[in-house]
Amino acid sequence: MANASEVLTEGSIVVPRTSSTPPRRYSLADELFKNITRFFAFLVLFLMAAIIVSLFIGALPAIKKFGPGFIGTATWNPVTNVFGGLVPIIGTLLTSAIALLIAVPVSFGIAMFLTEMCPASLKRPLGTTIELLAGIPSIIYGMWGLFVFAPIFSQHAEPWIDSHLGGLPLIGPFFSGPPIGIGVLTAGLILSIMVIPFIAAVMRDVFEVVPPMLKESAYGLGATTWEVVRNIVLPYARVGVVGGIMLGLGRAIGETMAVTFVIGNSHSLHASLLMPGNSIASTLANEFTEAVGKTYTSALIELGLFLFIITFIVLALAKLLLIRLSKMEGKRS
Amino acid sequence: MKMVNPIRTLFTSTALLLCVSAATPAFAMDITGAGATFPYPIYSKWADAYRTKTGIGLNYQSIGSGAGIKQIEAKTVDFGASDMPLTTDVLEKNGLQQFPTVMGGEVLAVNVKGIKKGEMKLNGQLIADIYLGKIKKWNDPAIVKLNPGLKLPATGITVIHRSDGSGTTFIFTNYLCKVSPEWKTKVGNDVSVAWPAGVGGKGNAGVASYVQQVPGSIGYVEYAYALNNNIPYTLLYNHDGKLVKPTNQTFQAAAAGADWKSEPGFRVILTDEPGANSWPITGATFILMHKVQDHPERALEVLKFFAWDYANGGKMAEKLVYVPFPAGVVKTIQDSWSTIKSKDGAPVWKGSPAAK
Repeated sequence: MANASEVLTEGSIVVPRTSSTPPRRYSLADELFKNITRFFAFLVLFLMAAIIVSLFIGALPAIKKFGPGFIGTATWNPVTNVFGGLVPIIGTLLTSAIALLIAVPVSFGIAMFLTEMCPASLKRPLGTTIELLAGIPSIIYGMWGLFVFAPIFSQHAEPWIDSHLGGLPLIGPFFSGPPIGIGVLTAGLILSIMVIPFIAAVMRDVFEVVPPMLKESAYGLGATTWEVVRNIVLPYARVGVVGGIMLGLGRAIGETMAVTFVIGNSHSLHASLLMPGNSIASTLANEFTEAVGKTYTSALIELGLFLFIITFIVLALAKLLLIRLSKMEGKRS
Repeated sequence: MKMVNPIRTLFTSTALLLCVSAATPAFAMDITGAGATFPYPIYSKWADAYRTKTGIGLNYQSIGSGAGIKQIEAKTVDFGASDMPLTTDVLEKNGLQQFPTVMGGEVLAVNVKGIKKGEMKLNGQLIADIYLGKIKKWNDPAIVKLNPGLKLPATGITVIHRSDGSGTTFIFTNYLCKVSPEWKTKVGNDVSVAWPAGVGGKGNAGVASYVQQVPGSIGYVEYAYALNNNIPYTLLYNHDGKLVKPTNQTFQAAAAGADWKSEPGFRVILTDEPGANSWPITGATFILMHKVQDHPERALEVLKFFAWDYANGGKMAEKLVYVPFPAGVVKTIQDSWSTIKSKDGAPVWKGSPAAK
């Protein structure tokens, strides 16, 4: 990097190459290349717009019939053709929130250990393992969740949660219920296990590119490992950290198979996290093929539209957060 | 051999599909169908045997009844398959014709500590009350009353139902509507309903594995799934108040009493049928075809395939715990094929296969 910029500032050799008028024999190819790349860039935008439009058109009958009340209605009745998206929307947000609540601190710990404290001989095997975990198909996590995790959870963890947390004031209703092992909490836990490798891998990578000079200076001043990570590594790497978390959140929101296995696929609204619920993605996976009738199908498409909107809002918020952070930095320096 | 768990289901279905499509010579005319998952194992079995015999293969995609109906309406397949018989209105509107192929029974699989296969007895009212969420414990007096001498624990009941739309659900909720007025007004009868209680599993296999995983659970599955997974099922009191066991005989008894001739579109739903020997939750699965065929030669191959199945496929069906139709009903079905015509109005099907 440093060398390249020196060459550029010295200038004399570089300037002719980057001149704006290339030799004539290249101009056609250049023009062609420029247009092709532009075409594909716009194609992405066009596809995005097409997806939104077709989702909207597909959802139109349901939007017309149920109006804005669709978001606030918990009824999902294919017999009487009354549909409301409250349960799946809450389920999607809740399971993703639980997943992030657990996955972010754990991933942070993993990344911190791998970059700051891990003995060199373990660094590579551990790092590769985490990357491998990120590659496991989601259905495997789902089956593991249903056949291994759910029985253990229902026999050992849920009775404890029910008896110790279920009776507490305020948070009690969220943690009381029959120990069936399948429900919103289980889905959130499985999701957290699924997104940890993603977040941890990204965090490790961005922690690793923090210039050693900065860290060593801080250590030289007598900072502890935690102080170095808190005050040097994290501020330096925050764009990447937020990006990693968003990647994990994106996977959690859209995850279908694993959630379908363990969430219980029930359209009834419960306060308790131990009770079965539903998410948008698993509702679609479960019901789309067998949805008979225009209203039913279009209600499902409207759910898809909401999934799209939720993802969009989440990404927009992440962008805003980053812009905010960089503005603050400008003020400080 | 049927599926034991979802992974194996996926595996066998993919493998079977691959076999069927890969082994067929490219020049032979393959017939295509799509729809119900419930009869998929027997259709694959029949298709395999039929291909060995005639060289004509069947490409059947078990994508679900609802999707099957959409596919046949869009004419992307030669026939659609549905576990739920369509009403005459819908058939007329889309120019479709339907006929049943095989029957099957549904049982209530239970996971209650200490309860073995066929030990627990239930009746329609009890099942409805359990699925309505009114009976919450296994030692509820109403269950104890029907099961004197059985040691029932005080564990809660977890109701398992289908999370996807399904003909199995249609048959089950149809039964509950017949036995419980409260179910009829509160919930109703459809391929998917607003369940008052419980947990949803995807597919028969999903319900079966949930019942195995969750202690104190009860779920409705096609009989073969309970049998092959070795999940305890209950005995039921039928319409006549007699206690019956799920077997081929009791499934067939339910079909025998039904009046197939006078129902347009064979829209017979075999739940809560009278007869001392009738299993109360029985149903047939249906084939949908267009009345006016753009490709009469393909339609003929479809009809020939099913005619062959009626004549030769009974043993194969019974092996997979499906119930074949008795000869009398088959004749009625084949007589109905005369209304499937080519564009110029000539009937596609001209009597028995020998006369072709």
